[in-house]
Amino acid sequence: MKYYDKLVFELSREGRTGYSLPANPYPAAPEVPSALRRGVPLRLPEVSEPDVVRHYTNLSQMNFGVDTGFYPLGSCTMKYNPKINEEMAGLAGFAGLHPLMHAGLTKGANKVYQEMNKALAAITGMYTFTFDPCAGAHGELTGLMIMRQYHMNRGDFKRAKVIVPDSAHGTNPASAAVCGLEVVEVKSLENGRIDVEALKPLLTDEVAGIMMTNPNTLGLFETEIKTIAQLVHGIGGLLYYDGANMNPLMGMVRPGDMGFDIMHLNLHKTFSTPHGGGGPGSGPVGVSQRLEDCIPDLRVSGFHGNFGVILRAYAYILSLGRQHLRKVGQYSVLSANYIKECLKDLYKLPIEGVCKHEFVFDGLINDGAHDDVPGATTLDVAKRLLDYGFHAPTIYFPLLFHQALMIEPTETESKETIDAFIDAMRKIAAEAARDPEILHGAPHNTPISRPDETTAARNPILKYQEN
Amino acid sequence: MAELPYLPHTESDIRAMLDRIGVQKLEDLYSDVPSEFLKKGAYALPDALSEQEIRDYFASLEAMNARLKVFVGAGAYDHYTPAVIPYLCSRSEFLTAYTPYQCEISQGTLRYIFEYQSMICELTGMDVSNASMYDGPTAAAEAMKMAIACTRKKTRVLLSKGLLPHVIKVVETYAKFHGVEIGYVPVMEGQTCINCLKAELAKDDVAGVIVPSVNRYGIIEDHSGFADAVHERKAVLIEYCDPSALAVVKTPGEWDADIAVGDGQSLGLPLCYGGPYVGFMAVKKEHMRKMPGRIVGQTVDKEGRRAFVLTLQAREQHIKREKATSNICSNESLMALWVTIYLSLMGPEGLREVNRLSSDGAHYLYGELLKTGQFEEVFPGKPFLKEFVLKPKQFPGRMQKRLEEAGFFAALDTEEGYVSFCVTEKRTKAEIDRLVQVIKEG
Amino acid sequence: MSKIIEGLKYSESHEWVKVEGNIAVIGVSDFAQAEMGDITYVDMPEVDDTVDAGEEFGALESVKASSELISPVSGTVVEVNAELEDAPEKVNEDAYAAWIIKVEMSDPAQLDALLDAAAYKAQIGE
Repeated sequence: MKYYDKLVFELSREGRTGYSLPANPYPAAPEVPSALRRGVPLRLPEVSEPDVVRHYTNLSQMNFGVDTGFYPLGSCTMKYNPKINEEMAGLAGFAGLHPLMHAGLTKGANKVYQEMNKALAAITGMYTFTFDPCAGAHGELTGLMIMRQYHMNRGDFKRAKVIVPDSAHGTNPASAAVCGLEVVEVKSLENGRIDVEALKPLLTDEVAGIMMTNPNTLGLFETEIKTIAQLVHGIGGLLYYDGANMNPLMGMVRPGDMGFDIMHLNLHKTFSTPHGGGGPGSGPVGVSQRLEDCIPDLRVSGFHGNFGVILRAYAYILSLGRQHLRKVGQYSVLSANYIKECLKDLYKLPIEGVCKHEFVFDGLINDGAHDDVPGATTLDVAKRLLDYGFHAPTIYFPLLFHQALMIEPTETESKETIDAFIDAMRKIAAEAARDPEILHGAPHNTPISRPDETTAARNPILKYQEN
Repeated sequence: MAELPYLPHTESDIRAMLDRIGVQKLEDLYSDVPSEFLKKGAYALPDALSEQEIRDYFASLEAMNARLKVFVGAGAYDHYTPAVIPYLCSRSEFLTAYTPYQCEISQGTLRYIFEYQSMICELTGMDVSNASMYDGPTAAAEAMKMAIACTRKKTRVLLSKGLLPHVIKVVETYAKFHGVEIGYVPVMEGQTCINCLKAELAKDDVAGVIVPSVNRYGIIEDHSGFADAVHERKAVLIEYCDPSALAVVKTPGEWDADIAVGDGQSLGLPLCYGGPYVGFMAVKKEHMRKMPGRIVGQTVDKEGRRAFVLTLQAREQHIKREKATSNICSNESLMALWVTIYLSLMGPEGLREVNRLSSDGAHYLYGELLKTGQFEEVFPGKPFLKEFVLKPKQFPGRMQKRLEEAGFFAALDTEEGYVSFCVTEKRTKAEIDRLVQVIKEG
Repeated sequence: MSKIIEGLKYSESHEWVKVEGNIAVIGVSDFAQAEMGDITYVDMPEVDDTVDAGEEFGALESVKASSELISPVSGTVVEVNAELEDAPEKVNEDAYAAWIIKVEMSDPAQLDALLDAAAYKAQIGE
């Protein structure tokens, strides 16, 4: 990767064009009345097609992607994105469909939705899915709307609280608040699981439900899930499953069977569609049979959700079929446990035992702190990994540990890649023990070094300004 | 059966890893799962397909869809996509990248988002843009929530009935669960009624008002006096816009709006049955810290080189948790890149030319349709660009069916019994003439 | 060791109060600014807004965190420190000079519930 310092605006030269449009065969339409006409200049770049191609190619070369290297990114499931999926999503017979065409004109698209619905129901044990949500957080919000709608349909309007574990993804409480629900936090035990005894007194007739993920954000299976489900259902509440951690369960365990009533999936995590630098994603929401009636009234996106993403995920599911599904879950868990065992002598493992697809270290065992030199932090380890050609793990999340470093390898990484990652992590631990300054200054080999984020936030420059 | 090509594990790899972990077999890694929850029996899924079989199967699905020339807009516009865009957007460094939290290896993503924000500000005439939203309707819903957050103690948001129906529905859904009351401002003679708006504002409980820049009848609205009326009551004015049209129509900035939202789909994104599209939101500087979504800012690295980072993150869900204005995290980054490349290629003149071609074509079709004698004008003399409605003299079902058979998706029903048409630069004069001929023959 | 000024009142949530007649001048303690690190923004109410004792009236933001400001007293905001809008770093430079809001108190008796310098010092363990 090399540093490249242009913005497309800086390539602009008056009169240069990069478009190709047909000649105008029509008589001129009346002009837009002057009172309604744009009166300010339109300062878009004026550049040629080769300028554009070279500029964005140069920009791309400052980026890291799954095709570049390994992302041990906890809670984000950055697996390989199969290329056949891209080709299928680009087919003209899908790309040219207008969203308001009636069902008689879109039979192929309808069939994709129907078959996808069946496949996801089979994989998760839910009854039916809505595909409207465009991302994971959007799915959460939709799922919580369904939860509230269910209670309202029963004429029960007092259920305005939702229970969320203290280890939850930040989106969970935010989604609950946007949905008009009050968040009640439930503590975790020393062993990282939900404290069932702490949960019991929270369960009143004002509770709409509980939002959980299983395995939880520490990568640990919630072994008391059966009791939790019984308790929550016992007070008339519902169980919501955050599908961010669905990957280890693929082919092994189904949220529906554990008692979950509502769940969302992240097709851009578990079902291999590319993350795109932050979207487009897709967050279909599945419900159990008794909640089916709560879906139709909800309109959470313009048309039918991110159809292009759903096509990709469907191609992936067809490639898995019934034969390969469980390998996804098993190999992702295998790789996570292998890394954990190979590194726990150098990084603090707060909770022993088998993990699922991910696990959390609480920083270095020996951070190298001595005299006036502070030790190497989790941030330093993460930044040093960039120098070794790996993406950083998820850091400082979950909030249960001060130096949280969350690693998730996924099933599409080879043992060689994983061993190279382990090797890099061991070298970094040795560097920290010897001289933490190497880590404080990292990264050293990336297009830029650590930026000044404080100045960025104090004096925001949020758009291009001509000099 | 061959191993799935995306799974690199050999038997000896698996053995070596299991040994290192200290368990016998893969199933032992699930020893913590109560056995009753381990799925027994096969999953009800089809057999795994090879790549070739997937391609064949998708070809059969694709063939079941109609392939029609699109003469309908209503929130999704069939504009031309230059070849450069999919070519660049499929570069794996963009496509397979994660959210740019690790800025040192994400300068490509961060730079194009900064360019995108700059272009959205330029189109809308606003001060600050975020990095994108899911789509136009959800951007409008987020603006509704933002209006509530900006104007404490006010509980109602007004929607113009001139907004597209799918925008209204999504805002209503969000409002219902967010505890926001929705009021409506009627359309009179094809234009959001300012006197009706003032009457609603007088109740003094209004946090914000959402009005369309170009409304669902295709008419360019006149918002003279709107901002003054809204601001006088300490509410915020939200303009819902077609960003392509902003090259030629008055901008939200010029109307003195507080928030501009809309769908970037009209900037060269394929129709793709409704998504992925890209919502945009841009605001006046004073509202910047209440804006949802990610924002990229410019700074310097340790060597003093220009660098870009995600900034103003203290607004966002991962820090504010239940106190955040929005729960959005993943947005539509790759589609923002799509829009950025589109606007770079088109430039100011290209975008104006797209509007000229579309508008000239639409006015030509409008005239030709009237000449058939089968339609009445609904809003004579009202200014429009690429989209318009007419009133069919007879029930339009038969005409619509004939148009479909002739290869056209056109004359979309509106709830008032009008039919709507849209012409973009992708439609040719020959197609328009043929469409008119089909109607004449009806 | 952080700075604590004698003669000011302190809240358990690390705000300080300087009483000037019926006006409470409110800021955050040196301890609080040090905990936050580089402050990038101070979210403040508007003049004429009412604040309630124990309730949030604004927030301090850093790059990676947001911390609520809790009002030690009830009343009406009569002035906000506009200087902090463009220079939030002033809170880091001198937390006791960089007052945030001035409140006309509706119930000055609330001051009695606040900590004095010694009690606050004990609370933060210094």
